[in-house]
Amino acid sequence: MSQSILFLAHVSEAGNSLPKVSYEVLGAALKLTKQLGARLTIGLIGADVTAAAETVAAAGAERILAVAGPDFASARYGSDAAAAEALCRAAGAELILAPATSRFMRVLAGVAHRLNGCVDTHVTSLESVSGEVRATRWHYRQRIEAVITRDARPWIVLLESGCEAAWTGQSGAAKVEEIPVTLAQAATRTVVSGVRAPKSDAQTIRPDANLLFVAGAGWTKKQADGKTHIDQAETLILEFLRASGASLGGSKSLVDQTGESQAVLGFMTHLNQVGQTGSTPRHPKGLSTCCHGEEPHVVGWRFINERRAVNLDPNCGWARGKADVLYVADAFEVLAKLNALLAQRSRTSPEAILQT
Amino acid sequence: MTNGYHIVVCGSIVPDPLQTLEPVQSPTGPALKNEMMLPAVLDPWAAHALYEAANLASKAAGSNSKVWLVSVGPKAKLQQVMMTIAQKVSFELVPVDSSASGFADAHATAALLADAIQSIPGLDRSRLLVFGGWESASRGAGATMQLVGERLEILDQFQGVDQIRVLDNAQADGSFEVLERIEGGRHQVSVCPGPPALFGWATGNLPEPRNNPQVGMANMRTVMPALQRAKSVPLPAGGLHFLGASPPKQQRQTRVVKDLPAEQIAREIAEWVGK
Repeated sequence: MSQSILFLAHVSEAGNSLPKVSYEVLGAALKLTKQLGARLTIGLIGADVTAAAETVAAAGAERILAVAGPDFASARYGSDAAAAEALCRAAGAELILAPATSRFMRVLAGVAHRLNGCVDTHVTSLESVSGEVRATRWHYRQRIEAVITRDARPWIVLLESGCEAAWTGQSGAAKVEEIPVTLAQAATRTVVSGVRAPKSDAQTIRPDANLLFVAGAGWTKKQADGKTHIDQAETLILEFLRASGASLGGSKSLVDQTGESQAVLGFMTHLNQVGQTGSTPRHPKGLSTCCHGEEPHVVGWRFINERRAVNLDPNCGWARGKADVLYVADAFEVLAKLNALLAQRSRTSPEAILQT
Repeated sequence: MTNGYHIVVCGSIVPDPLQTLEPVQSPTGPALKNEMMLPAVLDPWAAHALYEAANLASKAAGSNSKVWLVSVGPKAKLQQVMMTIAQKVSFELVPVDSSASGFADAHATAALLADAIQSIPGLDRSRLLVFGGWESASRGAGATMQLVGERLEILDQFQGVDQIRVLDNAQADGSFEVLERIEGGRHQVSVCPGPPALFGWATGNLPEPRNNPQVGMANMRTVMPALQRAKSVPLPAGGLHFLGASPPKQQRQTRVVKDLPAEQIAREIAEWVGK
């Protein structure tokens, strides 16, 4: 009997499609289905999955299952775990592929336990070699890459974004089998009341931006005149973010200053932190400024394709094969000139303004 | 909430982030070269969880709260890390002498942690809050805390938590408002009606407490005997097989640009960004 694969997804916040990474995981699921000669089932969770199901109707899945209803609108552990468990049991799949969204990252390990199976998260590639499924994931915060296999089934695998080409296909009518789930009272104790943006003057975290701009602690240190220039640093960075559409990252040393009551960049929070103890965002390009480029910082750059750095120290970590280009210069001066240049370009050619 | 909380923090040890990590093959699978020689620290997110736990315990009405730190790791390394951590906040250590390797299976580690929590004498489930890091700096899977929660049958679970606030509502029923990280630098806001609940912490909002020798002395009175009593427990592989482990090989040819005017650098960067 051929293997069975379940592609598990939840509807996007807008409610009319799946999160972008889900289509990438669907692409991976289809590839693996073909390699293994397996059967593919799609499982969807959400308040109303109709529109989202239509976007994957042409993917060629044998069945499309869904757990839907108002109880499954929000990301809540109790209800999401029950929904995912029901879909996994209904599909009876040996391999369950899901996107590593915050919603699923919070719940699918628990589901694996309920199914007496196993789970692996942050997987960056999945392949079949002689019928054996192998997953690649990072350990020690993107410092060691390992290839693993598992004996236990079902095996739930959460795939990272940007690792597979997204599946694309025409939307169409989808035949959805709804799986009934009755939630225990204990599963609905928690009430999701909404979403809150961080305390920032502007939203500085843009996951889909073309460029990641990383500010290091150097921005808040004494400059050549022996004084700090926090206000100037804030203005320069915010102006650059506005003009370039870049997403903002910060080194641990910089964001930690907030908690230590030191002079800080007002818009920088722990949510901006990248690196060993922060996030490892995926952007095509990265520009680091006033950041020394040691290993814990560079971990946050593991998935940045093109890397440039501006630093006053020519012997900093970036010079040791971690960046493509290291500019030995004063970031204050460079950014001021860069902002002027971007402003000039946007005036002369508005379409040249870089889009996020 | 007049009786305070029973807060159990799950936190393991990881190599100091500044150390170079090199994988080697051991009889039981991949390991780190000179692993026992590498200086260790309490996992950063678990440390945040511990500081938040101590803060919540100190603020809880009645102050009849207590904090336990359940830690899986080699006894000698735990002792080394406790010399520092014990000076930060008050807690009772529940050590489990086993592997803290990032290559260990999350399912096996979670089973050890859950067993250790259930063996704590006098733990009151109606006051139980389980804290931990949402991910670790070793395995970095974000799975262990969920698995612990499932084993303890806790359905109110939160991951990537940056804040919990006891609501001062009319009923004063001990409800929490919880902020969990979601995509795009935002937080999901939930209201949890109270214990038992599990929180996988991100960074929270508290700074690292200063070392307090008096707290350290008090903690060490229970830490050392607990370490001496800790039994060595093997960690099963749980059907997890490693086919290879290697550090990233990519070494870039860095072009170091010196003595170039800021304006010219800006031009180069603008052109590159715009491509």
